[in-house]
Amino acid sequence: MGADSTAAEIVLDHVTKRYGNSARPAIDDLSLTIPAGEICVLIGPSGGGKTTAMKMINRLIAITEGDITIDGTSVRSLELTELRRGIGYVIQQIGLFPHMTVEDNIGTVPRLLGWDKKRIRARARELLELVGLDPDEHAKRYPSQLSGGQRQRVGLARAMAADPPLMLMDEPFGAIDPITRERLQNDFLRLHRELRKTVVFVTHDIDEAIKMGDQICILREGGVLAQYDTPEAILAAPADEFVAQFVGTDRGLKRLALRRLDEVELLPVPSEDTSATPACSSKTSLRDALSIMLTEGAPGVVVVGQDGGPTGYMTFDVVSRLLSDSEGERVT
Amino acid sequence: MTAAVTLFAQEGPVIPDFGRGDECIRENGKFCLNWFLDEFVDRFWPRVVEHIELTVIAVAVGFVIAFAAALVAYRWSRFELPFANVSALFYTIPSIALFQILVPITGIGWFTVEIALVSYTLLILFRNTLTGLREVPAEAKEAAEGMGLTRRQSLLQIELPLAAPAIVAGIRVATVTTISLATVGAFITPLGLGAPIFSAIQTGANTEFVAASLLAIALALIADAAIVFVQRALTPWSRARSPAT
Repeated sequence: MGADSTAAEIVLDHVTKRYGNSARPAIDDLSLTIPAGEICVLIGPSGGGKTTAMKMINRLIAITEGDITIDGTSVRSLELTELRRGIGYVIQQIGLFPHMTVEDNIGTVPRLLGWDKKRIRARARELLELVGLDPDEHAKRYPSQLSGGQRQRVGLARAMAADPPLMLMDEPFGAIDPITRERLQNDFLRLHRELRKTVVFVTHDIDEAIKMGDQICILREGGVLAQYDTPEAILAAPADEFVAQFVGTDRGLKRLALRRLDEVELLPVPSEDTSATPACSSKTSLRDALSIMLTEGAPGVVVVGQDGGPTGYMTFDVVSRLLSDSEGERVT
Repeated sequence: MTAAVTLFAQEGPVIPDFGRGDECIRENGKFCLNWFLDEFVDRFWPRVVEHIELTVIAVAVGFVIAFAAALVAYRWSRFELPFANVSALFYTIPSIALFQILVPITGIGWFTVEIALVSYTLLILFRNTLTGLREVPAEAKEAAEGMGLTRRQSLLQIELPLAAPAIVAGIRVATVTTISLATVGAFITPLGLGAPIFSAIQTGANTEFVAASLLAIALALIADAAIVFVQRALTPWSRARSPAT
């Protein structure tokens, strides 16, 4: 749990949460292993206990039965404050401290850990750059002087301040407009590829879950695990009717959205004249390629590479075959 | 105008100890500036200093008591009602009555005046401190807890600074109220600007009455402005607004 470690493996071992003497638990015998460095999305209907499950990791909610370990260390064995200072925490309402500048907000945990002022300042500036904000312009501002998207970037920077091996994110982009949300999601994914921290991410938006998650954990009412697998596997083979309904009847299309044309085998470019056939970039997702075919009323699209020259051809039939071929198989 | 005029004693020589001075004061004019300027250092300034002392002690003691009570009520809400009721009860007792009630117990002197003044500050200081703490955004507290601040650290570093504007606003109202009430304290013992006011009411000395009253008003206005200044200096964040893009 030191500040030098980059990622931690999280294990939930038969975790149960019961409030008071109520017979129905909020989390019922939940076991899962979150590999180090991966993003695990907790999702489910309200009452599914996704936030409860997350908050038991930093013990904002007490565990009734079972145990949670971070790199083998039980969260119960640590001092509360020590545990929490080692975990990045991001919430939907962001919770920046209005009376502190951006820089001081980011420095919260390092201050608690007793870093010296110069190191804290340098770290704050480094993190602002990392989350895409200009330190010279933003470090001395107050949260009220930032837009919603900028605030959540600062919230993210604050959570990463002491370089924790684990981050908990409770619907971090939930209260942000769709355009800014998409930008934040993309920036966070890029950041994550660099930093490779373990992330537990709560959302109620299945599209966000599919986009962000290396693993998705679907909880059903009563805190029962419905399915825990990769997005691809869940979309290809939902464990039961509940999961199928939860991911939506368009789950085939959602799977197609996970793959780009340059990740699959293409047909050769047809020899006849293709000037009437629609074209699209090789970075296009299969879903968007399909959409182009449908919109243009064409049986296929010509795929164009980075250099502008055609690299292959994709048809309706191939898309449909790819969908049935890779049942349960993860493509990256 | 007639109503205003009847506030003053009749003009004419009525005040034996105003022996020196110009015609204005011998005739007991409504406000004799020259006499006031001559007498300011000896007659009025010591009263101003006493008045400031009465006020500062009352607000300081009242704040310590009310602040402690508010912290207790913030942590354990079952204490809120009894504290609020006691401070409200003090607040409802007419000030002259309270001074009169206290005299047999604490005697005639500044101590009695202070007890009364302190008891009037409690309600506003208690209420504002507690409200300020309760209005700290829940997400700021959750973030503080989630990041591993102890309860004490959260209170000192997050909750109290965020409650500061409300707390200082309470101090502001309490200070101005106390400056005004302290003049009535001279009913018990001749301290502060109430002393010349009471004496002028008895002797009918118009200039003394007007001067002491204006000084009390000026003191209240200056204190008010000074506290606003301090509050702005303490909470730069509460005014920081700029159109975000």
